[in-house]
Amino acid sequence: MNLNDFLSDSSKRIPPSAIRRFFDLANEMKGEVISLSIGEPDFVTPIDIREAGILSLEQGNTHYSPNQGFIELREAISDYMQRRFQLQYNASHEIVVTVGGSEAIDLLIRAVVNPGDEVIIPEPCFVAYKACVLLAGGIPITIPCRQEDDFKLRPEQLQAALTPRTKLVVLGFPNNPTGAVLEKSEVEALAEVLRNQSVLVLSDELYAELTYEPASHYSIAAAAGMRDKTVVINGFSKAFAMTGWRIGFACGPQELIAAMNKIHQYAIMSSPTTAQEAALAALRNGENHVIVMREEYNRRRRYVVQACRDAGLDCFEPLGAFYVFPDIRPTGMTSSAFCETFLSEEKVAIVPGNAFGDCGEGFVRISYAASMDNILKAMQRLKAFVGRSIQHD
Amino acid sequence: MKKREEILNLLERNAKLTAAEIAVMIDRPVEEVEATIALLEDSNIILGYKALINWEKTADVPVTALIEVRVTPQRDQGFDSIAQRICSFPQVKDCYLMSGGFDLMVTIEDASLKEVATFVSEKIAPLDAVVSTGTHFILKKYKMNGTEFSDKDDDLREAVVL
Repeated sequence: MNLNDFLSDSSKRIPPSAIRRFFDLANEMKGEVISLSIGEPDFVTPIDIREAGILSLEQGNTHYSPNQGFIELREAISDYMQRRFQLQYNASHEIVVTVGGSEAIDLLIRAVVNPGDEVIIPEPCFVAYKACVLLAGGIPITIPCRQEDDFKLRPEQLQAALTPRTKLVVLGFPNNPTGAVLEKSEVEALAEVLRNQSVLVLSDELYAELTYEPASHYSIAAAAGMRDKTVVINGFSKAFAMTGWRIGFACGPQELIAAMNKIHQYAIMSSPTTAQEAALAALRNGENHVIVMREEYNRRRRYVVQACRDAGLDCFEPLGAFYVFPDIRPTGMTSSAFCETFLSEEKVAIVPGNAFGDCGEGFVRISYAASMDNILKAMQRLKAFVGRSIQHD
Repeated sequence: MKKREEILNLLERNAKLTAAEIAVMIDRPVEEVEATIALLEDSNIILGYKALINWEKTADVPVTALIEVRVTPQRDQGFDSIAQRICSFPQVKDCYLMSGGFDLMVTIEDASLKEVATFVSEKIAPLDAVVSTGTHFILKKYKMNGTEFSDKDDDLREAVVL
């Protein structure tokens, strides 16, 4: 009996990772290397948020929550979305609390995509979008965002990708892996393309709080005519350093949230109760922590961008998330070869850009979610490594 | 945060940062950072740059003592005169005027047990204004100047997270 014959067509549609070999190497060397390869904050969840979780457990709150999440948390999310992003959502039927932003992405895609539907995905991007679309039987239509555009999605690229079969457009800005952000005028230009189209938008705004001046985050749901065709996905992982708690949320029009909640209710039941209590504390008292972490990320960001440029790599200035995405083509190496050699020669782990889509080839993702000491050391080694690589050409 | 405080915070965490590195991190010209640091040094806000050493890990194990000192304040001078007298001993690392059950908190670092005993009995206790002393030895340091002393510097995160 060959168990592979039992695997569903949809599970087999997800291709293996393009950087499997690099993953294996990085895992083997974990502990001996400086990791700038990690897409999660190096900060531990702030202590008062952790204490809210501990208190919840001490009080014996170990039961299921309502499927959609505790109403107190949904109300706090509603206030937060209004306060931070000028978006209005009704806590009772326009918000669902999910197991991280990742679950919300899967829920929306499953709730709206039929086999054969096209989903537009600008790349390079977070790896889950394409996989979720394939699992749902949809057809991912990728758009390559380019370095010369600062990795932003251009309205004419979006226009050209739309077909009568387009069901959903995925926007992931601030962007993982490039750090690109969309300014208000750029979001408005995309909204102009979509406003009269019969398509939905999944706006993944997990990194919204990590937007650095002079940029500021503007959600496409705030653009005229877009709120009722957009689901905004956000969460606590990046802003409040709460990755392991697995807690996120989606906000959108009632019909879509209801469909998402239906899938959530049968697949997941409800988000972790302890994590919801901690998330509530984060929204009520945690914004100072966000400011402190953002300032620290910003110092590291400026340093890493400058260090990449000093090393001889072309690097656009990313104003969001905690990634820098330099161009390594002058070394003559592929992204994978660059990262594997850098890892084995200089003991620093960074991620090949092609892990995030074919158009990421020629680039690498450097995460500055790491201590300043490690960043200082790693950037010295990058300079030495790139210097050697370019000379050898 | 004001740039001056930002520079101080960065240097407090890592005094080896160069003005050029700080300039990039806080997005100001290097000349301005150099001038600010010079001013901070001149105005005694930055008092020095020292290595933070976990002496317990070295072969020779000196002790750190906190000495509570009760003193009689002196006419017109309060505690300042006696505090300055105590501070003049090179063994004294810190000296603070305290509220509560005693007056001065004096710390001595990196001395042998015998040196501390000699210092207290021969230098501090005999001073006229000193009423009594109480000496505490630090048994183990968990955190010092904001830095936790710990051998576990493992990154608990996965090797690669996309």
